[in-house]
Amino acid sequence: MSINTDMAVRVTAITQVAESVKRFRFERLDGKPFPVFPGGAHVVVAWKDGGMIRRNPYSLMSAPGDTSAYEISVLRVEKSRGGSAFLHEKVKLGDTLSLSQPVDLFPIDQRGRKHIFMAGGIGITPFMAMMDQLSKLNQNFELHYAVRTRTHGAYWQELTERYGAHRVKIYCDAEKLFIPTEPLLGAQPLGTHLYVCGPGGMIDGVLGTARKLGWPEENLHSERFLAPPPGAPFTVKLTRSNKTVEVAEHQSILEAVEAAGVDAPFMCRGGACGQCETNVTACDGEILHHDHYLPQADKASGKKIMICVSRIKGKEITLDL
Amino acid sequence: MNIKFKQETFRDDFSFQNSPEAIRRFPFPFHEDKYMYSVNMEPHVPGSKGHAYETLIDVDEHYISEMADRAKVLKEDPLRCQALPHMMQAQWDTLELLMEQMAEGYPDLFTLTRQADQWHWINRPLNIDQKFTFGDVTTLPCEPMEYITRQSQGDFCIVDQRDNNLWMDAGIATTQADWSLDFDIGMNFMEWHGPVPLAHQMGVFERALKFLLNLQQGKPVRRLNWTMTINPRLDTSPENYHKWGSDRMTVTPENVGQKVHLRCELQSLWRLPRSNAILFVIRCYLLKMGELVEVPKWGRRFPRVLKSLPPELVDYKGLTRFRDMTVEWLSKYDDGKPTSPGIYPD
Amino acid sequence: MLVNGIKSRPVYTGLTIDPNAGRHLFALEGEGPQALFDQVQQVGAGFLASAQILYVPTTAAPKDHAAKIAALKPDDLWLAPTIAVLLNRFRNELSRATMRTRIYVAGTEGFIGQVMRETLDFGVDHKSIRNEHRGSEARRVQCVHCKGITEDVKTSPYACTHCGLNLLVRDHYSRRLAAFQGVSIEAEEPGTAPPPEELFR
Repeated sequence: MSINTDMAVRVTAITQVAESVKRFRFERLDGKPFPVFPGGAHVVVAWKDGGMIRRNPYSLMSAPGDTSAYEISVLRVEKSRGGSAFLHEKVKLGDTLSLSQPVDLFPIDQRGRKHIFMAGGIGITPFMAMMDQLSKLNQNFELHYAVRTRTHGAYWQELTERYGAHRVKIYCDAEKLFIPTEPLLGAQPLGTHLYVCGPGGMIDGVLGTARKLGWPEENLHSERFLAPPPGAPFTVKLTRSNKTVEVAEHQSILEAVEAAGVDAPFMCRGGACGQCETNVTACDGEILHHDHYLPQADKASGKKIMICVSRIKGKEITLDL
Repeated sequence: MNIKFKQETFRDDFSFQNSPEAIRRFPFPFHEDKYMYSVNMEPHVPGSKGHAYETLIDVDEHYISEMADRAKVLKEDPLRCQALPHMMQAQWDTLELLMEQMAEGYPDLFTLTRQADQWHWINRPLNIDQKFTFGDVTTLPCEPMEYITRQSQGDFCIVDQRDNNLWMDAGIATTQADWSLDFDIGMNFMEWHGPVPLAHQMGVFERALKFLLNLQQGKPVRRLNWTMTINPRLDTSPENYHKWGSDRMTVTPENVGQKVHLRCELQSLWRLPRSNAILFVIRCYLLKMGELVEVPKWGRRFPRVLKSLPPELVDYKGLTRFRDMTVEWLSKYDDGKPTSPGIYPD
Repeated sequence: MLVNGIKSRPVYTGLTIDPNAGRHLFALEGEGPQALFDQVQQVGAGFLASAQILYVPTTAAPKDHAAKIAALKPDDLWLAPTIAVLLNRFRNELSRATMRTRIYVAGTEGFIGQVMRETLDFGVDHKSIRNEHRGSEARRVQCVHCKGITEDVKTSPYACTHCGLNLLVRDHYSRRLAAFQGVSIEAEEPGTAPPPEELFR
């Protein structure tokens, strides 16, 4: 029942927006408008890398109502598995890639009376689209944005100009300025929602403070950038397609299965949406669950795995695929 | 496509009936000779010509009369159309989706022209010509969901997605099978399906919810649901149950063909772009027993389905008082021959 | 119409004190204070120093509840003459509350529902509200036909106090209306309503 709704696109602009951060602008080859998307949504970008198809999720950062182009911003990661390095170094103007339909796993809670965004580094991208959307709806929001240095931080100047210093606060590590999480979260009116995006440690820290202050779980939202972590190679046996596939060090099970020509369901490729949940028939080692989707009980059962990010410590796993 | 719109009623003298073409295009909900709940969802893609699936938002010969019936219901009871305040973006999403689909499916009947946020909508069957600013409620005669669903057949629910659940936070219901929007608005997926028997224990709703939470833009899905109604009455609401409930006492062996209707809901579900909400379209089709037996396959199949229905479903769907009589009447048309798989006529 | 196994009825999970909250706002009715006393027994009275308690004693509740609360010396105790007056004051408190304020409700089901509804209007998720059912099991019911609400319904069927129809009380609950649903029990065959049965005490 898979209908292919992917969109073939051409790279029409590449802009260096900060140290190690490039913005890519995509326009459709068929000239049709892009779908409008909700602020916070991402697309899965697919490209050919040698003989392989690589697919990575990126938050959309352009204005959600702008159907002429989609834009993403990519941080060049030091220990990249190939995604950010490929986009930074190999992709040229005019190249063609493929984009999935937008998917929103980091939605704005529309009931909120006020919205606080806290971004660390490249975590700013989903908030760019969310703020554009909220400002057009005349809704109440604030951005608190932490950057390493002024030159590493992308978009802080234009965001300050656009939304005003009363709504956009920049905190620069190098200047010893940090988000004053505790006083800030202690004073928000009832009905405020908090959204955090950035490095894992920052997300845990901010959410921990919010909980300590008595914020209810229902008002806390976060998105983690989770690339499939590397690990020792292992073998996957697929019972339904009757295939045996090797998973390399820098490959996810999903990628290995796709490379073998097996059509497995996926959506976010970041361990969040639940679409690639797969039943485990047998496993001779330990499953390393990296997703933040499966409930703890399912993880402990050893019967389920999210193949987009999780792998095993062992020789072989048998999957119902 | 040349639709001949009918002038007919769904109340009082009940002049509704289907043309031979409308009978053949009826979305018959049984793909085999028995029925049980299942997560029977499939991609909502355009189907064959001359079937209700031909376009994604179906407009048929009953359009004008159904819209007139809706206007009457809303005049008597405006609470049939409600939206919680945080659903305004989803309302605009709904308006856009329905206008786009209708204009694309029926260019001779509907036209949508857009210059940035300046929109121009023409609805020829209902003689509407409306210029408005997309996103600005004050440029429409009412809120966007009400505006467009007064021009669209079927009931509509807009559900918000949060906390791994779906919340029915807006909707319009004037052709519903016995549920109250005024009561159910604000409920989550499990809560508003609360009264449905058997399906919870079967895990049907859990699986359906999991599936819908991942519904993607550009990939709508559909399913068929059904019940039975005495007289071609669209508004079988609980609000008016004390007015229509006694209809169920009026079935006799002589009038089954005219009075008893199979009521099919073609439900389509769409991810909305700005709000990330999901639009449930619940489109109701009515078919008289006398019309149903015009298709020999359906005449054989339907009595078999009715006979084998679990008692909980007979009770929940309100069929108790007339099921046996209907089976008896239909049995004349069941010669015992096998039926072909699938819902379409042979 | 079936009434068993219906899912929309709220689950009242208990008044458990949130130790992280900076302020505790209580709305109590009738026997509701007993849930508060139980908490004091379990976790001590420390949280009361930052607790604001709005209480509406009802005729059915013993008179000494208010005195017992006062003896615990909460930061603020306010007694309301009626539920409507309490809700009015409660709204005012919500407009001044911060995200550090935790909301607690205890009393009859109809009362809990009404307080929850006020809170939802402030953009608060219903799951953030701590609640505990105390006192009568009588229901607040909306007649689906005339939309009239009848308080303290103890039987099913019952005669709607507004339109007079005999209504079956379904186990279908609306958070937004803070009421159960009443549907005509004899719509198909008028005159066949069974005698009322006391189901909710």
